[in-house]
Parts: sequence; C-alpha cells; structure tokens
Amino acid sequence: MKNRTFFWFFAPTALAMLLFIAFPIVSIIMQSVFAPHEAILIESENCGPFGCTTETVVDQEAMETLNAERPWGRFAGLEIYTNRGHLATSEVAEAWRTTDSMGAFFSELGDLPFYRAMAFTLTYTFVCTPFLIMLGFAVAVAVNSLHRRVKGLMIFFSLLPMIVPPLIGALVLFWMIDSRGVLGQLVSWMANDPTLSLKASTPLVWISLIVYGVWSSAPFAFVVFYAGLQTVPKDTLESAQMDGATRWQQIRFVVIPHLAPLVTFVALIQLMDNFRVLEPIIGFQAQAHAESLSSFILSDLGGETRQLSSAAATSVLTIIGVAILLSPVLVRTWRDFRGRSH
Amino acid sequence: MFLKKVAMAGAFALMGTTAMAAGHGCGITDGRVSIVGNEFPAIQTVGAAAVACGEGFTKNLTADHQQINVAGMSGNPAEYTTAIVANSSIVALMNEDVIRPLDDLIAKHGDGINKNQLITINGQVMAVAFMANAQHLVYRADVLEQVGLEPPTTYEEMLAAAEAIRAAGIMENPVGGAYAAGWNLAQEFNNMFLGMGGSHFKAGTAEPNVNTEAGVKALEMMKALSAYMNPDFLTHDSNATNAEFRAGNTAIMNMWGSRAATLVTAEGVPQEVVDGFAIAGPMTVGGGDTPATTLWWDGWTVAKNISDADAEATFLAMKAGIAPSLMEDEEIRTQAVWLIEGYEPTEAAVGVFAAANAGSIPYPMLPYMGLMHTALGAELADFMQGNESAEQALADVEAAYTAAAKENGFLN
Amino acid sequence: MESSGVDRRPLSLKIGLWIFVGIWFVIAAFPFFWTVWGSFKVELDFFSIADWTNAIFGRNTEATHGSPFTLAGYEGAFIQEEFWRNAINTLIVCVCVVTVSLTIGTLGGYALSRSGKKYVFWFLIIALMFRALPQVALVSGYLPIFFDWNVWGYLPTAIIVLVAINQPFTLWMLHSFFESIPKDLDEAAMVDGCTQFQAFRHVIIPVMWPGVITTGLFSFLLAYNDFIVTTMILNEGNRTMIPQIAAFLGTTYTEGNVMFAVAAVVSATVPLFILVMFFQRQIVSGLTAGAVKG
Repeated sequence: MKNRTFFWFFAPTALAMLLFIAFPIVSIIMQSVFAPHEAILIESENCGPFGCTTETVVDQEAMETLNAERPWGRFAGLEIYTNRGHLATSEVAEAWRTTDSMGAFFSELGDLPFYRAMAFTLTYTFVCTPFLIMLGFAVAVAVNSLHRRVKGLMIFFSLLPMIVPPLIGALVLFWMIDSRGVLGQLVSWMANDPTLSLKASTPLVWISLIVYGVWSSAPFAFVVFYAGLQTVPKDTLESAQMDGATRWQQIRFVVIPHLAPLVTFVALIQLMDNFRVLEPIIGFQAQAHAESLSSFILSDLGGETRQLSSAAATSVLTIIGVAILLSPVLVRTWRDFRGRSH
Repeated sequence: MFLKKVAMAGAFALMGTTAMAAGHGCGITDGRVSIVGNEFPAIQTVGAAAVACGEGFTKNLTADHQQINVAGMSGNPAEYTTAIVANSSIVALMNEDVIRPLDDLIAKHGDGINKNQLITINGQVMAVAFMANAQHLVYRADVLEQVGLEPPTTYEEMLAAAEAIRAAGIMENPVGGAYAAGWNLAQEFNNMFLGMGGSHFKAGTAEPNVNTEAGVKALEMMKALSAYMNPDFLTHDSNATNAEFRAGNTAIMNMWGSRAATLVTAEGVPQEVVDGFAIAGPMTVGGGDTPATTLWWDGWTVAKNISDADAEATFLAMKAGIAPSLMEDEEIRTQAVWLIEGYEPTEAAVGVFAAANAGSIPYPMLPYMGLMHTALGAELADFMQGNESAEQALADVEAAYTAAAKENGFLN
Repeated sequence: MESSGVDRRPLSLKIGLWIFVGIWFVIAAFPFFWTVWGSFKVELDFFSIADWTNAIFGRNTEATHGSPFTLAGYEGAFIQEEFWRNAINTLIVCVCVVTVSLTIGTLGGYALSRSGKKYVFWFLIIALMFRALPQVALVSGYLPIFFDWNVWGYLPTAIIVLVAINQPFTLWMLHSFFESIPKDLDEAAMVDGCTQFQAFRHVIIPVMWPGVITTGLFSFLLAYNDFIVTTMILNEGNRTMIPQIAAFLGTTYTEGNVMFAVAAVVSATVPLFILVMFFQRQIVSGLTAGAVKG
C-alpha cells in the first residue's frame, strides 16, 4: 500500500487517538513537572453564621500576578515524583539505612502510599492473570465436551460475569460477601467463626478482590480458548488417538500447543486490564485495605483539594509501569513482525 | 404504603408550585444560570427552586461535584455560574480564585437575606449560606432505658453505655459511626481531635500539629469505640451507618443533623426502632468543654469568570432558591436546619442547635485544611486496623500532609 | 474432539466433568439469580442486615408490602427517578460509539494489514500502549479543555472520547482479522483497475462481517460498561446508566432508596443478557474466524 493511501485510510483513527489519547498524555506530563505557585498567605477576619474568626487565606491579588506571569505554575522538575506521595526516594533510602532485615525494610515500604498501591496492583495483576487463564481453559475444555444442546446454555451463562459492567459485578459480589450476606455467612460457617468478616481484614479483602478479578475475567479467557478449540486440527487429534495417546496427552501435546498463541493474547489483554484495576476497589469500598494505582489517582482528583500535579505524576508512573509490563510482549511482537515482513 | 407514595407525590407537586410561585418573583431579565453542587435533599430543593426561575437554567447536583466544580468554573466564560459549597469545599474555589465577591449584588438585591447568612472572607462576602449542619448524638431511647442509663453527654459515657448494652445481651455492636476510610474517618478524627482541645496546625502557619497528645488521645478513643462497632466499620459511610441503625443493630451513634429527619422514615424499618429513635446534642470527650464535633454551613457562590448580567441572574435565581416562602412547606422544613428567615426549627433540628449553642468549633476554613483532611483519611486506617501505633499513624499523616502541602506551595 | 470423543468417555470422567461444569455454572450465574431475586425485596431484606435468610423469604418485605415480593425498587428507579432516560442515553452512546468506532476502525485496521511498512509496527505498539493506559489518567487531562470549550457534559463529547479510547483495541482486532483475509483478493481487484478504496469496498467489505461483528460487540460492551469516562464527563441530565447507578448508591439523596440501585443494576444487565443470547454465536465464531489469531 502506498504511503499516501495508507495515510487517508489511517487518518481518522489516528486523529481520534492523537486528540484524545496522545494530547492528554502530553498535558499530564506537563502537569506532573509543574506545581502550583507558592501560596502567599494573609491573615483575615472571616465571618459566617457561627460568628467571626481570624483565619489564614490565600492572597488572591498577589497570586493573580504570579499566575499571569507563569500560568503553568512553578517548575518542580522531578520533585513531585520523588516526594513521599510517590517514589519517596529519601524515605526509601532512610528505611534502607535504618532497617536491618528485608522484612523490616518492606514493612517500612508498606507504610508509603505509592508502594502500597503498587504492591496491591502487582499482586492483583500477577495472581489474577494465571488463575483466570487456567480457569478459563478448564471451562473451555469442559464446555466443549458437553452435548450440543447444553453447550449453548453453558456458553451463555459462562459469558455473564464478563459482560456485566465491572462496577455492577463488583457491587453484586460486595453485597453478597457482607458478613450477613449469603456468601459472607457461608464463609463464616465454613470457617466456623461467626464473627468472621471478609471486609474487615486486609488479607481477606485482597483475596475477595482477586476472586472477583478471576470471576469477572475468566469468561474472556474461556471464550477465546473455546473459539480456539473449534480450530484444533481434527486429523492431528485423530492420529494422536490412533497412536494411543491418553486424553491428558492429547490435551498436553495437541490442544495446548495449538492454543499457545491465544494464551499470549489473553495474558496480554488481562495484564493490561488488571494493571489498571479500579472499579472493584470502588465497588468493594476497599480503600482502607487496598489501593490500586488507578484508585490512587482518583483519590488525588476527588479530595477536598484537588492535587492535579500529584495525580499527573502517579499517572505518568503508571504509564511507565505499563510499558515495563508490556516490554516482553513488545519484543516478541517485533520479532513476529520482522519474521512476517521478510 | 401506597398512601405514603401519594403523600410524597403531593409534596413534590407542592414543591413544584412553590418553586413556580417563587419563579414569578425572580426578577431576572436575561442571563444564564448553571448550578453545580452536592446532591442531598436540601440542596435538591434549593436547586429545583432556582432552576424554576427561567427556561434553560440547568443544575448538575452530584456527589462528585468537587471533582468538577473548580474545572467547571475556571474557563472563561465559566460553565457553572454558581457552585453550592460547604465551609470545607469553598476553600478550593477560593484557592483557585474562581468565585466573585457578592457585596455589590447584596447591596442591590440583598433584601430577604439575613446578615448571618453572609460568609465574609477578608471583608468581602463570598457566599450566602442557607443551612447549618453538625454531627451529634442519635440514640435509641428504649434501649438506653432498658439498661437504665441516661443519654450520654460524653464519649466516656458512650463507651460505658455500649458496654452495658453489650453486657445485657441486647446488641452485639451497639455503637455506630461513619468510620469509612477516607473522608469520613478523617472527619471523625477531626471531631474527636478538636474535642480533645487539639488544633490541626501550629498557630498562624501551615505546619501540621496533629502528632500531639490530643491526637493520640483522640485516636485511642476512636479505637475504643470501634471495639463496639460492626467489624466492617472501615467500609461504613453515613449511609451504611444509618442502615445499621434502621435495622436495629446499633443504639448510639454520632450522626449528621441533616440526616436525622429522614433516618427512620424509610420502608420496612421495625416499629421499635421508629419509636425508640431520639436525638440529642453532641458529646464532649476527655473532660473538655468543647463538644467533639464541628459546625458546618452550606451555601452558594457566584462564579468570577462570567458576565455581570449572568452573575446578577445567578444571584437572583439562587436567592429565589432560598426564598423564605419555601419555609411554608413542612417537607422542606424538616430537610435541614435552615438559616433562612421564617424557618422554625423542627424536632429534628435540636441536635444541630445544641451543637451551635454549646460552642462547637466551625470546620476550619483554611486553604490547606483539605490536604490535611485527605492525609488523615488515607493514613489513619492503618491504625484503626491495629497495624501500627497511634504515634506512627499520626507521624505518617504529618509526613503525607507535608509532602502534599509542599507540592501545592503551602510549605517550602 | 466432540464427535469421536463423547461415547468413549469413561463414566468417572463424565461425572467429573459434569460436577466441574455444575460448579462453574453456579459460580458464574448464581450472583445474578440472587440479585434478581433480591431486587424484589426491601432494603433490609436484600442486605439481610438482621438475618441472611430474610433475603430468601423476605420477612420485612412481607411486613411492609403484604407480600414477599415488591416492585417498589423498580417503581422508584423508573418512575420516580426516571431511569429510562439514562437507558435511552446509554442506547444513544452505544449505537454511536459502535458505528463511528467500526467505521474509522475498519479503515485503519485494513490499512495496517495491507501496508507492510515498518511504521505499521510502531503504530500497533503505540496503539497497544494506549490500550493499556488507565482511563482515569486521561480523564483529568480532558476536564480543563472540555470546560474551556464548553463541550463538557454532553453525549457527543462522551461518544468521541469513548470512540478514541476504544480505537486501539478495535485496530488490533481488525488488523489481525484483515491479515487473515488473503491479500490476493484485493490485489487481484487492483490489477483489474480498482483503486485501493474500491478494492476495499467491493472485495473486502462483503467478507469482513464476522470479524467486524465480533469487534463491534466488544466496542459495544466497552461503551455500555464504561464507568470512569461517563461519570467524569457527563452532567446530571445526560448520565448513562452506569454513572446513574453509582449516583444512586454513593449518595445521601437516595437514603433508604438503595433498592433503586439494585433494581437499576438488574435492569441494566437485562439488555446484555439479550445481546449475548442473540450474538453468542458471533462472539465465538468471530473469534474463531481469526480475530484472535494475531
């Protein structure tokens, strides 16, 4: 295809992505290296329904001239990235010097909000993804072996957790795992502990969130693998049967190799989606126990005072995280692509 | 129940007509009105009455209003011509300089607005308040009677009552509280901290001052109370706390005055809860005189980046939104503790009035208080779960606050 | 596998399979049945704050409404709160997002699959990176600009943003789908004198529907399920269903009306059920036809 033709075909989609994805990223990067000007504070007498008090306010006139001179704010460089709310370089160095075991060091790290969010995000991503792939694969194989009539019905129900909006799915589960909800009761009955509450302890909240993650995403793996199973070459399978391969061996040596590229595809999509996990944390009201990078950004944007620079810095760090996470896949795709075009 | 529906519908219709009636008197010739604000019933009433002043006036009342009000008023012309705020959230608008002084509009159209409704900052009127709010005691009179106790006036008595109720086997978790991690938890700390005589900042500076004896004692009291709460307390916002009360699972709690009126009117609330429901003033703590609560107002502002005609129209529409004629409606009267002329306190208002009369401290209207609130909300959950000491949690709060305050230019 | 395998399976394996499928069925479907059942109760029963069996038998519902089932939640959501308006908004948003997104996506995906130049790789990689971005990070970048231009709050704004956010995935799906359509087809047409666009129109469009439908379904789900963009960009009057449900819940306004949210949740899932019922085969066969091979 000629470059010129390519351009016209590609222009609309490129324009959409440029305007609504690339530009915001640039503006976020700018925001993250600039901070609001140093506030000029003055004492003032403030009155209201409850009487008068002397309080501190921002001197608007003075600030106005400052803002007019430099509308982006004060250049902060990487200061916001390294402060305690983000990478906390000095706190980490301090913890490294003063702690004598790795355990103590990590518990100090766990006290820093960014690392706490990072820890949950990574745990969630790397626990959910393999589990949901395995579950999805097992369900695909099982459903594929069902009778034709039941099959359609099972596919339908298997897809449900994936298609419901994440927020709704999370809410539905959250209502059920309440200590008096049906699942909460079941768990506490099984654990033989009537006061057990899934929402009250950090490990249990993490487990609940991960279970939700597997539940809601396994159907995606299922449907992709199921589609893949329809294309397993029959003759290979039959010849394997002729050679006396057991069922397990058929799966192990014929089906799994055939589906391997799909596993990469599912893993890729799920790593990306799980890395930006947000809705379950909101739905489960889990902020006391688990913050993800996305919910961390959201809470910066939604407080009594917006912290735009802080949110922007976290966003940029998340983008870098995504790039690192995807780098193996990128390298692979590059090889594939070169292999194909030569 | 069907009757109740009809009554509700009637009230809504009535609301509509009063709004219409006010509409004729708005006196707006031209201009644009667009409102952003929180979404609780009293604000819905004000918003509806203001929007009724003219065709094409819009309102956007949402719980996420703080995520959009600054952005929505920064443009020129601003998308929103008015934001409905509280003493905590006006600070963000002041800091960004997006609202205008109202003195000239007050001089021109200020009749019917009480002097005490005017929020004056540095000599200029920046907002017009229409309601007051405070957290105070809500309790089950029947349960306290059963254990032979008077309604508590201090948090220490509250603990004793909780123990008595639990010991008598009436309730397992008799104490309620909006302790959800984040904004709510921080607010409960603010109450307790101020009640203990603490102050959030070193006098006259933006330096944090919470890692003090008062801070530790406040946290310890919160921890002691949480032992009598539902184990999920860190997920309970005021909605969930009220639901517990309605279900008859809690007997004593510190709750917002604005929520008291409707607390037991929902469907399916057991009769003994409806009958036993009672409210009283806020409690003190640690032998202090100042109640462990904060006073709040809600009011409206006018955007800076709009034409004077739009500002005038907005002022008039919002004035109609808080017209004294609204106070003739029984339904509206119970929605809040109104500061509007002609309001006669209903029974649901006694708690807020008691809070104001007992010398409670208004929520600090400082430019950096929001950052402190956020830091408290994020860092105290660890202590409440028993993962770290009170001192450590408060040190974390100060560190988190300091980082945020430096970033926003309040500290260097 | 099926044709030759079914009959010869040993009984133990069969039983094992059935048990596994049964458990999965319960895990996948039970939460929905439970919620549908509960949506006809009052709040105290649904959240079973007193006793979990209330959620099944609806004791408080019976005490209040004289029957263990009530339509109060649905009545409140649809009549009092006019949830149907949000449903219409969702419909508008979804239809527009799917149409626009597929139109520009097929053109782009086709171009990527037929170019073979080195920059295609980089476009794909950039698209992949864009796909992975947390949306909440982007939204904070939009707000000031949208407010400046006075386009904040309207459905078209949300539609354009959702289309853009949706493009990376659409491009990837369609790119790999077009790769699976032999290049000889359109090249032959071009030898016969067609331009690239004519070749696309007359040769490719007639055979691309399986992949496009599958991609369209995923676009639809993205638009339908989106929470963060619609919450932050739409104003109160233009809300779609998901932000409206969030508003029902996290708020004091609906104090005692949480059942509106539950009823709304159930109502919002029904169209998805129907969608899957009709398009189940397309989801699977579209994926089989090659959309996921890349």
